[in-house]
Amino acid sequence: MGLTDTIGRGTLKGLAYLGGLAQLGGRAAYATFAPAAKARRVRPARAIHQAMAVGVEAIPILSLITFFIGVIMALQGAYELRQFGAIQFVASAVAISITRELGPFVTAIVVIGRSGSAFAAEIGTMKVTEEIDALETMALPPVPFLVAPKFLAMLIMMPCLSIWADFMGILGGLLFGVTSADFTVASYLAATRDALVMRDIVTGLVKALMFGIVITAVGCYEGFSTGAGAEEVGRSTTAAVVKSIFLVTCVDLVFTALFYFTTAK
Amino acid sequence: MDQSTAAAKLESIISVRNLHVGYGATEVLHGISFDICAGETMVILGGSGSGKSTLLRTMVGLEKPCTGEIWIKGRNIERLSDQEWDDLRKKMGMSFQGGALFGSMTVGENVALPLYEHTELEPSTVEIVVRMKLEQVGLAGFEDYMPSQLSGGMKKRAAVARAMAMDPEILFFDEPSAGLDPIIAAGIDNLILKLKEAFRMTIVVVTHELASAFLIADRMVLIDKGNIVALGTKEELRSSTQARVRQFLDRVPEPEVSEELDYLQMLTGDRPKGRK
Repeated sequence: MGLTDTIGRGTLKGLAYLGGLAQLGGRAAYATFAPAAKARRVRPARAIHQAMAVGVEAIPILSLITFFIGVIMALQGAYELRQFGAIQFVASAVAISITRELGPFVTAIVVIGRSGSAFAAEIGTMKVTEEIDALETMALPPVPFLVAPKFLAMLIMMPCLSIWADFMGILGGLLFGVTSADFTVASYLAATRDALVMRDIVTGLVKALMFGIVITAVGCYEGFSTGAGAEEVGRSTTAAVVKSIFLVTCVDLVFTALFYFTTAK
Repeated sequence: MDQSTAAAKLESIISVRNLHVGYGATEVLHGISFDICAGETMVILGGSGSGKSTLLRTMVGLEKPCTGEIWIKGRNIERLSDQEWDDLRKKMGMSFQGGALFGSMTVGENVALPLYEHTELEPSTVEIVVRMKLEQVGLAGFEDYMPSQLSGGMKKRAAVARAMAMDPEILFFDEPSAGLDPIIAAGIDNLILKLKEAFRMTIVVVTHELASAFLIADRMVLIDKGNIVALGTKEELRSSTQARVRQFLDRVPEPEVSEELDYLQMLTGDRPKGRK
């Protein structure tokens, strides 16, 4: 009785949370794209400012991390492939794992750490200091004003960052290939080009787009559900990071399975 | 003829009717009704937890009433479309307790925000309006300061300037002098008096500061435990013989356990029935 009760309550809470995310996402999408929402238009300047913070400023750290991931993937791949005398496949192994999976996923993790947490902290602090209330009383509803520019920035920047991450990851693999696996730069790049099909890159981009939506929705939702007091901001920031990582992984699983079963046929 | 009857004859700009507001299962306001007339300064007095801030938040639409109605400028705010509500809100300004200035914007940008969002004014015109508004609150030359660089009193002044940016007809103040030293608080009182005189705005102030309340008010309403205890001009309140009014005005502390019944209510959490 106790167990089923707990599971039932937990499930309902989870569903309510997803419902809350979907509602926030829907309202932001409406504010961004619906022509009827003209009166509550989203200012491009605000979206550009967000795009700078979410995208451009993330490039140095993302480059470094994905470059290392590329090297690591090459090392791990080579460790196994070497035993079969198939070390030349390291280029394709890196290319496919980076574009289909690790590029978008690592991008998501970096963006969660930098921006998902920042969204929650920003909106949470504004909630605590009554700035959200102030927006309301000034007839500036917080969703079009605060959330929509973040969504717009994320929708544009996540695929861009993801492509950049793919590029840097492949570059990492190339470093290993050239220094330790008898590749030349040209032969490594040729092997990569041969291994990749458009579908690999597109599936990665679709994932990146979905991750962007999840990260923004969770970050903003956690911000809005901040209670009173400074420690609550800390709580919602932590929750935004943990829940984003979990949900991004879930979305990743769903889309990977979807892509796998749709190609298998 | 006293002022309250005279005031009642004026047009009422805000009308609160049998308002019940609660958070979850706890009801905070138990059926409040009163009117605020155009051009008057109404002070909502009450102790901590009396429900006065909730009343103000409900009047500006930040809380939803459980039952009851609020009419502003002849319109029931619950029945307005989003667009109508936005239009009405542009005629109302609110100054929050902590100022609630946007920390990521300068003082000037804070004041300019509603103008940029709601009007088609040229940036140069907005700049002039911002300078005017800041001048009116005694903050001329502070356009480029960040809110974090301002003192508590200056933040409140800047918040008033922002609340006035759209030339509102009604200005709401939440605890304008809370957390300020007596001199700065007196400055804020003077500012409210000045605004009242210069712009003939309807001003609604929530406070528990008696000196400030008696200085700025035309009429006052005293709220206690979610009910109206007294409503009238400041003279009427000052001469009131009602026990609860006297206790509040004479600053008599709450007895440890006032009555057995009250104590029981405190333990069980039931609210007194029909008690005013």
